Amino acid sequence: MSNCHSAPAPRLLALGDSAWTLEFGEAIDPVLNGRVMALAALVDDERRRSPALAGITDLVPTFRSLTVHYDARDADPAALGDALLQLAGSAGASVASGRLWRLPACFDAAFAPDLPVLCERHRTTPAAVIETLCQTEFRVYMIGFMPGFPYMGGLPPSLHTPRLATPRTAVPARSLAVAGEMCAVYPWTSPGGWNLVGRTPIDLFDPAAEPPALLAAGDRVRWFTVDRDIYEKTDAELRRGHLSRTAFLLGETA
Amino acid sequence: MNASLEVIDGGLGNTLQDRGRHGYRHLGVATSGFLDPQFAACANALAGNPDDAAAIEIRGIGPTLKAIGGPLRIALCGEIEAQLLRHGGSRQTLAPWHSATLAAGDIVKCGAVGAGTAYLAVSGGFTPTPQLGSRSTYQRANIGGIAGRPLAAGDSLPCTRLAAHEYREFRNDPWRHADGPVHVIAGPQADHFAYDALQRFAAAVYTVSRDSDRMGMRLAGPVLQHRSPAHADIVSDAVTPGCIQVPGNGLPIILLADCQTVGGYPKIATVIGADLGRLAQCRPGDELRFASVDLATAGALRRAEEDRLARWRQGIGSYLPAGYLDETALYQSNLISGAVRAEPPIRD
Repeated sequence: MSNCHSAPAPRLLALGDSAWTLEFGEAIDPVLNGRVMALAALVDDERRRSPALAGITDLVPTFRSLTVHYDARDADPAALGDALLQLAGSAGASVASGRLWRLPACFDAAFAPDLPVLCERHRTTPAAVIETLCQTEFRVYMIGFMPGFPYMGGLPPSLHTPRLATPRTAVPARSLAVAGEMCAVYPWTSPGGWNLVGRTPIDLFDPAAEPPALLAAGDRVRWFTVDRDIYEKTDAELRRGHLSRTAFLLGETA
Repeated sequence: MNASLEVIDGGLGNTLQDRGRHGYRHLGVATSGFLDPQFAACANALAGNPDDAAAIEIRGIGPTLKAIGGPLRIALCGEIEAQLLRHGGSRQTLAPWHSATLAAGDIVKCGAVGAGTAYLAVSGGFTPTPQLGSRSTYQRANIGGIAGRPLAAGDSLPCTRLAAHEYREFRNDPWRHADGPVHVIAGPQADHFAYDALQRFAAAVYTVSRDSDRMGMRLAGPVLQHRSPAHADIVSDAVTPGCIQVPGNGLPIILLADCQTVGGYPKIATVIGADLGRLAQCRPGDELRFASVDLATAGALRRAEEDRLARWRQGIGSYLPAGYLDETALYQSNLISGAVRAEPPIRD
């Protein structure tokens, strides 16, 4: 949590007349993302106090930038932009890590249609891929594409895999998938081009829950493997309300 | 004072919307909301509501609705008209930019939208329970509206009945969106484009394609070249309605209300808020040009649009529709003095 005076200031970019994007860089990089999350935390903390931050409606952290959406009726865009740049100067480079989750994943062949091709590509075995996935601590860089969809970085280079040449028209809900250097879970049945390697019984988005999205940018995720039987039982327990998704939360911050 | 409109026929692709869902974009939830906030504000004003009350957004074939309880005032704005099938058997036409009062059992059968986007508002607004702070329908996540989907036969749309049956109705001239170029703020990735492409974007005429929905609108026209093929992709960052994304094929896509929260294509420019409603009224083949403005000018254009809307509201006139009133009773109840603007009644 130290000030990082050597880091260059972010670029302040207008995203139309109702948002500012503070861009820290152009790459997927945990250090850049750390600066994004630090500024997001600081702006969120200050917005209740500072009149210059009035009118902010949404704070959207991404891999490499923080976008601050505002209501143009309640904000002075120029003053808000200045205030955000000023905060960026004092935001530091990192925040305490987000919550740590330990989430079940079933790698049953029926849930992992792309695992054989992935193994072939990387000259390895399903067991070795599953072991690697379960030993990795993934970092949620951002939520996007669809509600609750987590872009999780940290996939070891030995498993980096391009997207499918032809995306599927319907990826089953809660599919665990990898693409490039990322891992993700599809919250709903939807079109998608990532490689499907497993499935989790946990809902990534529930409008009735608070917060509705299971994961947030900055969270960390570890997978543990469950067999098909345990998957089905966990799924049933969750749906009956006998099991809360927070049961899989290991810690608030670390 | 509860009442409802029962959906007899959902029509095609009709959704409840309001001003949208704010504060959830960090969770990947789109804002949704009215594609044309000005038309929606007009419909709401004619129905006696604040601008942002939830209304039915009609983009294709309109719904058929039956008043359960009443009286209810409805209003219609856009290129659309509706048939009123009165419980007593009479029929009238409800023209757009007019209100009508429904008694219990009356049916309103909306036609198809000629072009663009139309709104049906009801007195008090539609009042299903908001989800994540809004009644706007967001189909991708099945949130808001009625079960997060377009209207379907059998749905019950809760609303509030009028305290008493009023005989006056309200109307105004159609809202005219600004013409001329669509105003944009440059960037945030204007530097991903060749100098030629930026010149071309500022000068060219683009045509609205058929490929358009609540998420976005594809344009046809001169290809906008990126500085290099590598500049055609970015590491995803946030987007917002109005963003003009240009993928590798060089053809712009304007993002609209249901757009994702992040995207991986460079954005050459972003349409200002005051001009978003215009886009909802475009039909395939319409031509668009773009003009870049700064934030101060965008602010002035927004305020000018708000003033114009305030003047439009002041221009709403009341009148007494012919056809289903006892004129003697009317004169006795002295309702005519309530007229803001004396105009002849419309024909049924």
